[in-house]
Amino acid sequence: MAVTVKLPTQLRASVGGASTVPVAGATVGEALDAVYAEHPDLRERICDEDGELRRFVNIYVGGEDIRYLDGLATAVGEGGEVQILPAVAGG
Amino acid sequence: MSAESLKCRECAEPYPLDARYVCERCFGPLEVAYAPKVIDDVAAERRKIQAGPQNIWRYADFLPLEAPPGPSLRASSRFGLPAGCTPLIKADRLAERLGLGEVWVKNDAANPTHSFKDRVVSVASARARELGFEVLACASTGNLANAVAAQAAALGLESYVFIPADLEEQKILATGVYGTNLVKVRGNYDDVNRLCTELSGEKEGWAFVNVNMRPYYAEGSKTIAYEVAEQLGWETPDRVVAPVASGSLFTKIAKGFGEWLDLGLATGEIPTMNGAQAAGCSPVATAFAAGHDVCKPVKPDTIAKSLAIGNPADGPYAVELARATSGAIDAVTDDEIKAGIRLLAETTGIFTETAGGVTTATLAKLADRGDIGSDERVVLVITGEGLKTLDAVRGTFEAYEIEPSYDAFEARVGVAV
Repeated sequence: MAVTVKLPTQLRASVGGASTVPVAGATVGEALDAVYAEHPDLRERICDEDGELRRFVNIYVGGEDIRYLDGLATAVGEGGEVQILPAVAGG
Repeated sequence: MSAESLKCRECAEPYPLDARYVCERCFGPLEVAYAPKVIDDVAAERRKIQAGPQNIWRYADFLPLEAPPGPSLRASSRFGLPAGCTPLIKADRLAERLGLGEVWVKNDAANPTHSFKDRVVSVASARARELGFEVLACASTGNLANAVAAQAAALGLESYVFIPADLEEQKILATGVYGTNLVKVRGNYDDVNRLCTELSGEKEGWAFVNVNMRPYYAEGSKTIAYEVAEQLGWETPDRVVAPVASGSLFTKIAKGFGEWLDLGLATGEIPTMNGAQAAGCSPVATAFAAGHDVCKPVKPDTIAKSLAIGNPADGPYAVELARATSGAIDAVTDDEIKAGIRLLAETTGIFTETAGGVTTATLAKLADRGDIGSDERVVLVITGEGLKTLDAVRGTFEAYEIEPSYDAFEARVGVAV
């Protein structure tokens, strides 16, 4: 499954400045593993020691936070987009 | 206190004082760090504050700006849209109704655009100008939209304001009138926030007050604590009840008290901190009750739209603070919120929006539960104005309608002399 991972500005230096990384994967977890395989230093910035998402990292599929879906096991369709953004808030 | 750097709250990595909000190493939120300061002459420092302008710039020494706006304190009174110095009112009838000893209401509806957001926007926009930005922007549940649009108009800056499309009409009208670029996003606040987070990475010339300017913005909330302490005669209250949306206001109020206690400007202790959420959007109260600090995001469904943040970034810190001060985070239903609005209005003459209904209802709940000692001095933080959420009071009372005659009045209303 070909998917696109969209990176926030804070992570782009690690991939040579690109805003997106094309990878293969059927779930968010697989897509991220494919990104880590090419850019290993991204792993520790997105995940904690237990492999869970850091609490200030938000990941969206189809505009929906994966914490509402199936977390890292959330399915991504062919041509789908996985968006990584830092958590911020304040009404 | 002069601002020294931005610092990651999670891993302590330092960054320069520019427009950034997230740690590049661990994605933790950045906060302003100040150079250590010792006040030798507390009385002189207090007099200096008292001689300052009647707005938040009297506390400019404790805010992350290179220079207070304007060449002098007098000029600070005339800069932009001055916020702060709102009334702290002793609410004896409210206290009596709830069986409490001493309750004060900090009425932050008495700000230029009728909510506490004028404080945070004042600091963020002043810093944005220092950094050379000419466009202000924000993601808002309404009150921030009002404040950013108005402050941009006052400063002559262009602005872009992003809101959920289904926001209360009053908040939409009270934003558009200032001539901002108003963008109604088809989604909830968390959708708006996601869009603005993405946009702030691409629009380098824009100061998103609550995204890339967030560290400075958040510091503005400390001024509520400074004011309360000053208004209570340089003492901290025993307990504070304040609303929790993202958790930023709640945690920064405690930070403000903590700074002044450390400096010796205020006496007392960090108050017991009670957070208030709506049951229809209570990820922080849920995490508190469950005994962990990870706030599982929720889809908001509440009349308290200004508190409807389903994925609160400062939630974990709000939970930690409530625990550390022997406080709590509670949630109240929409019916309790409406009753809270009425209770505050009937006993104090203050008409608050739904968020204030949440806070007042939470105070009532704490009183009912017996959590508050009879000797405690409690401050209720009212963050916004009732005229912005009129739907919450529609149909909650009846009026007499009569012909314009004495007899009609006597027949219908019939007040015995």
